[in-house]
Amino acid sequence: MISIVRTYLTRLLPQLIALATIVAAVSIVFPGFLNLEIQNGRLYGSLIDILNRGAPVVLLAIGMTVVIATKGIDLSVGAVMAICGAVAASLITSGHSLGVTLLATLAVGVLCGVWNGILVAVLDIQPIIATLVLMVAGRGIAQLITEGAILTFNDAGLIFIGSGSFAGLPMPVVIWLLFGVLVALVVRRSALGMLIEAVGVNREASSLSGVLTPVLLIAAYVLSGLCAAIAGIIAAADIKGADANNAGLWLELDAILAVVVGGTSLLGGRFSIAASVLGAIIIQAINTGILLSGFPPEFNLIIKAAIIVFILVLQSPRFRTAFTFLSIPRAAGKPTEREAK
Amino acid sequence: MQTSDNILSASRIEKGFPGTRALDKVDFHLRRGEVHALLGENGAGKSTLIKCLTGAYRRDGGSILLDGAEVDPRDTFDAQRLGIGTVYQEVNLLPNLTVAENLFLGRQPRRFGMIDTKAMNRRARELLAEYELELDVTRDLASYSVAIQQVVAIARAVDLSGKVLILDEPTASLDAHEVAMLFRIVRRLKARGLGIVFITHFLEQVYEIADRITVLRNGQVVGTRDTAELTRRDLIAMMIGRELAAEIQSARPDAVEGEPRYSFRNYGRRGHVAPFDLDVRAGEVVGMAGLLGSGRTETAEILFGAHRADSGTAEIDGRPVNLSSPRAAIRRKFGFCPEDRKTAGIVGDLSVRENIVLALQARRGWTRPISRAEQNRLADHYIRALDIRTADREKPIKLLSGGNQQKAILARWLATEPELLILDEPTRGIDVGAHAEIVRLIETLREKGMSLIVISSELEELVAYSTRIVVLRDRAHVAELSGDRITAHQIVEAIAAANERGAS
Amino acid sequence: MKFRKALASATILAACMFGSASAAELVVGFSQIGSESGWRAAETTLTKQQAEQRGIDLKFADAQQKQENQIKAIRSFIAQGVNAILLAPVVATGWDEVLQEAKDAEIPVILLDRTVDASKDLYLTAVTSDLVHEGNVAGKWLVDTVAGKPCNVVELQGTTGSSPAIDRKKGFEAALAGKDNLKIIRSQTGDFTRTKGKEVMESFLKAEDGGKNICALYAHNDDMAVGAIQAIKEAGLKPGKDILVVSIDAVPDIFQAMAAGEANATVELTPNMAGPAFDALAAYLKDGKEPPKWIQTESKLYTQADDPMKVYEEKKGLGY
Repeated sequence: MISIVRTYLTRLLPQLIALATIVAAVSIVFPGFLNLEIQNGRLYGSLIDILNRGAPVVLLAIGMTVVIATKGIDLSVGAVMAICGAVAASLITSGHSLGVTLLATLAVGVLCGVWNGILVAVLDIQPIIATLVLMVAGRGIAQLITEGAILTFNDAGLIFIGSGSFAGLPMPVVIWLLFGVLVALVVRRSALGMLIEAVGVNREASSLSGVLTPVLLIAAYVLSGLCAAIAGIIAAADIKGADANNAGLWLELDAILAVVVGGTSLLGGRFSIAASVLGAIIIQAINTGILLSGFPPEFNLIIKAAIIVFILVLQSPRFRTAFTFLSIPRAAGKPTEREAK
Repeated sequence: MQTSDNILSASRIEKGFPGTRALDKVDFHLRRGEVHALLGENGAGKSTLIKCLTGAYRRDGGSILLDGAEVDPRDTFDAQRLGIGTVYQEVNLLPNLTVAENLFLGRQPRRFGMIDTKAMNRRARELLAEYELELDVTRDLASYSVAIQQVVAIARAVDLSGKVLILDEPTASLDAHEVAMLFRIVRRLKARGLGIVFITHFLEQVYEIADRITVLRNGQVVGTRDTAELTRRDLIAMMIGRELAAEIQSARPDAVEGEPRYSFRNYGRRGHVAPFDLDVRAGEVVGMAGLLGSGRTETAEILFGAHRADSGTAEIDGRPVNLSSPRAAIRRKFGFCPEDRKTAGIVGDLSVRENIVLALQARRGWTRPISRAEQNRLADHYIRALDIRTADREKPIKLLSGGNQQKAILARWLATEPELLILDEPTRGIDVGAHAEIVRLIETLREKGMSLIVISSELEELVAYSTRIVVLRDRAHVAELSGDRITAHQIVEAIAAANERGAS
Repeated sequence: MKFRKALASATILAACMFGSASAAELVVGFSQIGSESGWRAAETTLTKQQAEQRGIDLKFADAQQKQENQIKAIRSFIAQGVNAILLAPVVATGWDEVLQEAKDAEIPVILLDRTVDASKDLYLTAVTSDLVHEGNVAGKWLVDTVAGKPCNVVELQGTTGSSPAIDRKKGFEAALAGKDNLKIIRSQTGDFTRTKGKEVMESFLKAEDGGKNICALYAHNDDMAVGAIQAIKEAGLKPGKDILVVSIDAVPDIFQAMAAGEANATVELTPNMAGPAFDALAAYLKDGKEPPKWIQTESKLYTQADDPMKVYEEKKGLGY
């Protein structure tokens, strides 16, 4: 048990270090960063903001991790967010109950995933092209649903998903925590995780070993679509309206980045959902940190890029090798080394 | 010592990796105008020695004399410049450039600062003419066979270096005809005074081409001998340190009587293999022989459902079955070790454990995971039973040697307790020790009553363990040998007879 | 909404089918960029309404964000021999040739909402708002409202580098110049979106002592203001009272917020560009009176005193 915890920690160590460094750096620039207080029955503070604002990317990253583990990629998640936000807003404004609205919206997300999955698994189209179709068309579909405007709603139940709180935490945080744990448990407690990794590393060998690769691939894209649907609902509920033009815009790239920062290879195979969630939180911590720091907005993207390059360099195998090279002679130089032998 | 006629002299080469001593004071002397085979099981230190000689690795100790002068190549380019050229099994050229561009990459003849394509193509043709090769040098390299690419790689290496040529498993993916062509070229280069190091797993080829043999084992030199004075049995003994030669030559099993368990009638797929009839009994090994591309692999793939048959019927114990996918075949307790281990066999990044349980897990479905304890038990069991050499079961399988990978894939199927096991070239590209173990495993499984279909290019091996042999040619089953007719000679006859029939 | 649009175009269609007998009727082609935003949709609706009111036969062409579609539409208008062309150009460059063709055919072209980089004699006039002026109106309102009391302002900028963001910032700062009681303490981009507006406002509130330090918010568009208002409410403050909110555009949703007392003022970027354009065109065709090369639309200020609910009802049918 302890060894399992240790392997887990070792896997997540680079991400935890990166996150801690960013939090430390921001709290130096902005001392109130770590303050937490209770306000209106919920926790309130910049750290909570990070968890809350990061919700859409965290959710997208959960689905994206599994898709990337199958050696795929899902570029459509931002557009699917927009579609699902639009569907939710138009259903709730046309008088449907919250339950119907949520179920129908999630179903639309699943449908988008099935579409992507069939293009990839059955028609054998390269994932980047297959999902590009929905990425481009999806925003158009969302605009058709909202007729180009921001579709505002006032349903208290739906708004609660975006800005309500439960057990002191904002609802979006509660949702991604529960959903993330659920997905991670299902994937790791069943054999799904291993089968997905096998398909991602070697699809042909897996098929020949009897793995139902098409079903697994479709399932991965369905999960991604479902994640995007939840993210879309949260994003719409957050601003009490569906903004087809901007909801989820470019978030697919942030989600991919989160997976990469989380250390999952774009070549497929080994994956860690927890690491990707940390990756998403790291990205959001950077975003929030930049906003708090008060730099002129022209620097936002440059600062973000510089930090991310730094994190990726830390993770690169070459850097790690160089690092061990540097540390070996230093260790050898110590007199204690010989004594230890 | 013998410096005068040695073109390359490596003395007391040492190289260590964390936890292992890969080379332990290795001496290796290559004469002018000789082909020197470098042999040893996987992990014996052959590649490490080559990499030290070509500068790909920094050696920890020892000296290298080239033409009597001490050299210290910093990298492979440096080695090339000094005169040591290397050609690997996987041709390391650029398939999307033309033959001429590949030959002169990085040193194209120039005119007014621009690449002089005309001169380059002319010189490429001249260069290849020395190898009796007339090619359209302006075509992409990829449009030629691996053998031709191999020769182009050799031509480039010799043209660049010209003193020592190292051939690392050059024949692994060539057919007999192409091997003969390659050997003609090697002899020609030898006559020109080059020193040639030849690394291979095919002992027949060693006896055909090599003048001397150096055997490595566990990072040490076991000895250097003249080929003419070394018997095969002694050579194998040098390589694996125990007498296995006799075991491979064990008595051939008797034919099995009784009703066939598996019978395929008029089974085939257009464009893959012509419809064939095939029966397999319990406790029987059916060997499949034929040249490369004769339809052996295609037969295996159709039997396993990797490609759907478009004609004929399949029956197990008299009941018709549908084998439309690997999953369907696996449900019928089939297992299949494909020929191309790397692309269709191993799941490289996953651990030995996961590779072993993969097929069993796939059959159980994702909702019924095999517990970690059970996985560990299965993995440990097969690692021990098949003597899979790995530091531990969590090591990624891609880090294992070819033979151990093959054993792990066999373990993957054995874990599903199959009743029909289809093995496509199970012993290709693996070291002698593992080779003998796999042959022994095939015999054990047969004795336990399993049915096996084994494809192999090594006729001696097929003859040793098959109860019957199906001979294929031109994507059709052309003959079946049983009883006393199972000899290498008869197989060759059958292929040749079919050839004549095909020609008429 | 869809239905209403269809009805409107059917009416126009009917008008040209039955009304074409009238020789005096004007035929005007309108090449619109597309329908990428609510404001753009409202502009289209208003242009059609304005044409209908004046008995103008409007031929509408949606370019779907593509210049080549606009050029095609203009050529087809020329071929049909329209009396005038309205053009909302998707980009600033590349118009010289087709504008010259229109000029050769003696068809006046009026630019709507944006201008082009072409010789001024190639078009009759350009009807646009003045972005700097809009920022200025917003700034003046704030200066007048705080009436000399000290006030820390936070600013939500538009997309970094876009001309509305640059000009609306410039105009606002100009209005505040020399007023030492007003200070812009934080300024960040909210990308013109509600989501980013809310997120950035949350960070402003955290950074400025839970918002106690902030007296007013200036947002470069209403959408960001709407997002920011939610952030202020969630931080336990009262937008419109604890923090004054002024923004630009005058989209319907901000009037709802004003009606609820949560927003204080907005400056209208009118979608009615066609009205002034048609007026100028009528004068030009009647007695050849050349209008000025630039007709600036009114940047009207709306506050809570302007019956926001009524404005909301008027605006919400326009397709915003």
